[in-house]
Parts: sequence; structure tokens; C-alpha cells
Amino acid sequence: MPTVTSKLTIQPASARETIAMPEPQIAAFSVEKAYRKGEHLVPVLHGVDISIRKGEFLSIVGQSGSGKSTLLHLLGLLDSPDVGEVQLEGQRIDDLPARTRDELRNRVFGFVFQFYHLLPELSLMENVLSPLMIRHSIWGYWKRRKEYQERAREMIDRVGLSHRLTHRPSELSGGEMQRAAIARSLVAHPEILLADEPTGNLDARTGREIIDLLAKLNEQERLTIVMVTHDQAIAAEAHRTVKLCEGRIVPLSDAA
Amino acid sequence: MYKLLLCQRYLRTRYIALASIISVTLGVATMIVVNAVMAGFSSEMRMRIQGILSDIIIETRNYDGELNAELHKRVIQKLIGEYVAGVTTTVEVYGMLSFEYGGQYIHHPVTLIGIDPGSKSEVGPLVDYLQSYHQQENGDEKTPAERPLSHKPDWSLTSAATEYRQRLAQLANDKAQFLKELKQQQHGGSDEVPGSGDDPFKGVEATEYQPAAATSLGEVQTARLYVGSNLISFPHKDEATDKMRTIYMVRPGNDVRVSTVTAGTPTPAYFNATIVDVFKSGMSEYDSNLVFCNLEHLQEVRKMIRTDEDGNESRAITSVQIKLKDYRDSDKVMAILRNEFPADRYTVRTWEQKQGPLLAAVDVEASILNILLFLIITVAGFGILAIFFMIVVEKTRDIGILKALGASSNGVMSIFLSYGLSLGMVGSGVGVIAGLLFVRYINQIEKVITYVTGRKVFDEKIYYFKEIPTHVDPLTICWVALGAIMIAVLASVLPARRAARLQPVRALRYE
Repeated sequence: MPTVTSKLTIQPASARETIAMPEPQIAAFSVEKAYRKGEHLVPVLHGVDISIRKGEFLSIVGQSGSGKSTLLHLLGLLDSPDVGEVQLEGQRIDDLPARTRDELRNRVFGFVFQFYHLLPELSLMENVLSPLMIRHSIWGYWKRRKEYQERAREMIDRVGLSHRLTHRPSELSGGEMQRAAIARSLVAHPEILLADEPTGNLDARTGREIIDLLAKLNEQERLTIVMVTHDQAIAAEAHRTVKLCEGRIVPLSDAA
Repeated sequence: MYKLLLCQRYLRTRYIALASIISVTLGVATMIVVNAVMAGFSSEMRMRIQGILSDIIIETRNYDGELNAELHKRVIQKLIGEYVAGVTTTVEVYGMLSFEYGGQYIHHPVTLIGIDPGSKSEVGPLVDYLQSYHQQENGDEKTPAERPLSHKPDWSLTSAATEYRQRLAQLANDKAQFLKELKQQQHGGSDEVPGSGDDPFKGVEATEYQPAAATSLGEVQTARLYVGSNLISFPHKDEATDKMRTIYMVRPGNDVRVSTVTAGTPTPAYFNATIVDVFKSGMSEYDSNLVFCNLEHLQEVRKMIRTDEDGNESRAITSVQIKLKDYRDSDKVMAILRNEFPADRYTVRTWEQKQGPLLAAVDVEASILNILLFLIITVAGFGILAIFFMIVVEKTRDIGILKALGASSNGVMSIFLSYGLSLGMVGSGVGVIAGLLFVRYINQIEKVITYVTGRKVFDEKIYYFKEIPTHVDPLTICWVALGAIMIAVLASVLPARRAARLQPVRALRYE
């Protein structure tokens, strides 16, 4: 689908924020996180509260080192907070056993990274299939592999890469890799998509395409999206923008 | 599923890991070759020892022996007849073998064994070790077997030996004749005969020692011998052709002198004997020490025959050799025999006990070699460890991705463990195949190496084997392969644990 038309379907952010769920789908309460660098403890987040409703498209902006990626990682259970808690549909999830958190990452969250993070040894198709391979046992996967492959093909088709099925990541362009990464994050039907600077490594035009793709997914599938970016223009595509500065949420001067 | 897929992809894309596995491959191959050759040597040697000694040996403590050989046989038949396949009685005593070669006398201390070839061949493969039954190869010369294997061993000369003996006698006769005529012509001139230096039998008249051949035309002595091949031969390198050949100083048909002592009050006893056959077992310990003689004659010479008042003859023997139908019964049989034959007069031993130190030495050698080689494979294991750590560091980001996608720590660990397992299997599989091929073609390989280096790698002169004996034990191969796989897996445990413990965020930050 041409980019222009898809862009036209997206309404201004303020106008879109119409359906409000009473309960947040995912929320973080006064989370704090510090990293140890050598002997020094470097605080990254100083008590951040954030809640995202189902179907919301939230962007988190901030300068480098403001802790926005860390916040995203905490929400996506890639890391655990020192203080505070993360809740999924009202249930605390950051203190669950590792096994359950692995399971949640696989079933609930989809991740898109700045550097795409595709596995170089696998073809595009296999990369897209990897969350499903991880989810199911060998036997379980083998029994339903036709179905899964069909699903993956559909997803790849949706991101417009059906001509690249057997290519290795190294044979793809940046935009293609990011689209492959999005297909991978969506193939397992996640509830929440966490995108860490999805356009950070792409030129403006390709970045725009990726954002349009995300916006469309949000619109059509009512997929909750949390996107980290430092690009105000990109952030503006979201329903709501949150600004992080030195580990705290600060009022957004131009926020709606 | 992703574990298998990734493991398979890593196998196909990381050749560095395959390099690390080469050491395992080589280790496994070496272990298989060494074990096969050691087992080959050992089983060949055991076979030969057992062949010469038979299964169970009852020996008298005294070299004078025990009288009444027939009684011994009857007792044994009565006690353990059901287990016995063959019994033979022998007289064993130390002696000296003397013969003349190149104008001088050569003496060898020997173990003189009086045997009855018929019953001896029932307790062990005597025929296998007698040269006249087998095609002989000496340098480029090939002599066909002179006797068929079906011929029961006895003390008769082969036709070739008889002919040789007659020719010798003829020569000696002619020489005596010639000397007599010469003396008559010169009327008591010098004894020195021109050209007599070429005659190996020169000086025969100069001593008391008179070979029977010189006196009677081709008549054979009553004492007959099978002589250990190393006693009467030496290897010689022909300077012109550069080929090794064995020079026999005396051969079947020749007469030699055997000296020993009599039973009772030791008095020197000696007799002339005709060599009937050459004994070659391949065990240098036996081939350079044993002289077999006809039992009756030895008993006679050593005064081991008593005649009682009724004129009944009783012959003494020093050992009884027993061949069992099934060697596994040896423990039972040994218990019965030990009970019957008092320890103050007899020692009852199995062949393994008799040759205990030698067999133990071979076993110890084999196990030390195995330990050393396994250490080499362990060293290879550390190589795998290092390379795996490298791969884990290289794959840190991918591990983070997998974890972000929901892979568990155990899942990530099993990727690397199965990677190690498959490398181990590939390595030891290739090693097993290479080792078996090497063993299969070891003699051809030896020839090639000999040709290339110009040095004989496996010298028959030293080892007494024409070809390198090998014996492949499937169980050993299984153990070696399993051990190597275990080491590969163990070496991948640490890196795999490290991979599993990686925090997904840390892994992803690694750019």
C-alpha cells in the first residue's frame, strides 16, 4: 500500500485518543534503576510512573542517556527495576520467576530494536519464525509447521518482503531488516509492541515508512505500541508522548 | 526447535570450531590405532604363549621329575577327564646346544624339552610353529611347505633334509677318501689341504666331535630335535641387494650336540642329535631358548627310567601339560588339581599364571598409553573450551535477542551444549573412521612410510612379526568415542552456562 494513503488514514493524535480503557494495560510504578559502572553506581531512572492503556500508541522521547531505553526494557521484562514495580493488567510481573518472565516476553511482548537484531545465521523466514520456534517444543512446532510458515509468510507479506524469504539479514537493506524485525515481533501475536528507536538507524524516508507501518498496525489491530525515539517528528505520530529527562518524566511543553 | 536450527547453523558456519575438534579427531584416531595394535600384539603373543604352554601346566619342583608318567596321566583323566581335551607329559631341563659353524663351535644355553610330538600337538598348535609345515620366505627366496598340515608331527626327516644329509655324508666320505689318497701320495706330508678354508666342515677330524654323517651314510641319530629358530640363525643384510635375509648356521639334517645333566647325582651327559625341524613361534623368548627333543631318548640319557623287580619300566617326567575343552573351566580344574598334587612336590599353574609378569607388563603398558592418549584428548577439550568461550562472546548479542524473544536460560544453554555434543560426535565419528581405516591399511601405510623415509618402520628383525598385528575391539572403540564426546560436552558446559546467565539487556547493549 502506498505510503501516502496510509498516512492519510492517520488522524491527528488528539483526535484519535477517544477510547479510554479504565484499567491500564501495562504500567510502571515509581521504578528506579541504576547501573554499576566500575565502582560507580550510575542512576538511570529516579522513580518513573507510567501507564499505557490497551490500544494506545505511546512514544517516549528524551535525550541520549535519559533512561528511555531502560524504561522500555523494564516494561518488556528485559531487565528488572531496583525499586518499584511493573504491572501487566493490574498484576505485578517484574518479580515473577524467570521461566514465567521468559514466557511473557514470548507471548505478550514484541520487540523491535534500533539495530534490528536479526540472527545472522538464519534466513528472513527463519528469523520471523523464531518466536514460534521458541514458544513450542520441537514436536509441537513440527506438527504445525505448515500453519506457522503460512502465518509467517502472511506477516512478511504484510511488511512487504515476500520476495526476500530466503535471504540472510546481511543481504537485506536497513529498512528491510527493520521490517523483518517487525514481522518477527508480530508473528507471535503479541499484545504489546515495544520499539526501541525503530527508525534510529534509517534515513528519514525509510523511517517514515516504518512509522507508518507501526501506526497502521496500531490502528487496524488495536495493538498497544510503546516506542522510544529521540526524533520529535516521529514521536508526533503517537497518541501520546512522554518525555524523559535525566531519569524523570518531565512535562512536555508541546504535549497535547 | 530453534536450538536445533541454530546449533546446525553454527556447525555449518563456524569452521573455527571444527578446527578445535580436529584435535579430538586425531586423539580418537590415535587411540584406536594404538589400542588396535597393542591388542593385536597382545593377543598374538598370548596366542603363541598359550600355544606353547597349553592351558594348565603341572610341574614337579625337582628337575629329576616324578616317576610313573602313565600314572600321572591316568590320575588326571580320572579327576578332570570331562574337561580335558588333551594331556601330554614332558621332561624339561637346562642344557647346552653346540654346533659347528664357520670353523668354530657355537654353544647356546637352552631349555631342553623332551616331548612326544603326537600328544604335544594335541595340547597346543605345535604344527603351526614347525617350519617344514609352512611356506618359508627368506629374502627373495620362497620355499614351499614340505609337509602337509595333516601330517602328524613326528621325528622323521623331510625328504629334502634326508637328501641334504645324504649329500653331506657323501661329501664327507669323498673328503675322507681324498685326504687318505693325498696322505698316501705325500707320505706323511702336511695335513693342510689347499682350499679347505671353503669347506665348512674342515677341522671335523681335528676334534673328538664326530658328526654321525661323517661315519655312516645318511644314517640318522636316535636323538632328534626341533630347534628354536633364533638359536641356529641370524639375520643378515646383504650389502649388494640391501635385502634382509636369515642365515641358518645349521639346518634340518645336520647333527648337533646336546649337553645336559643326569637325574639323581648330577653328572654331565651329552648326546649327538639330528635336527629334524626348526621351531619358530615368533616369541623370541621361546625361539631363542627352546630345543625340543624326543622324550624317550632324553629320559634315557638323563637316567630317568627305573625298572622294578618285575621288569616294569617306569619313566619320570617333570611336567604335565593339559589342554582344556573350555578354558573358562580352568578355575574349577585348578582347584581339583591343586588338591590332588601336593604343593611340596608340584606346582600347578595356568599358562597365564606362569607368564604372569610378561602379560601384566603388556597390560600395564597398554593402560599407561591409554591414559596418556586420553590426556591428549582432554587437552583438546580445553581447546574446545577456549573456542567456545570465544563463540559465546561473539554471539552475545544473538543470545540477548533469543532471550528477548522469550528463550529461557536452559534453552540458550542447550544450544551450546548440543553444539558441543554435535562437535564431539562429528570429531569422534571422523576419528573412529580415520582410526579404523588406518588400522585396516596399517601395513600398506607402513610400506609407504618405509619407502618415503627409507627407514624400516616396522622391522621384522625386532618384532618377529611379518605384518603388524591388529585387533579391533568394538567395546574399546565405543569407550573411546564416548569419552571424546563426553569431553567435548564437558568443555562446552562452562561457556554454555555463561551464555545462559547473560542478562538480555547486557547482551543487547553489546554492540
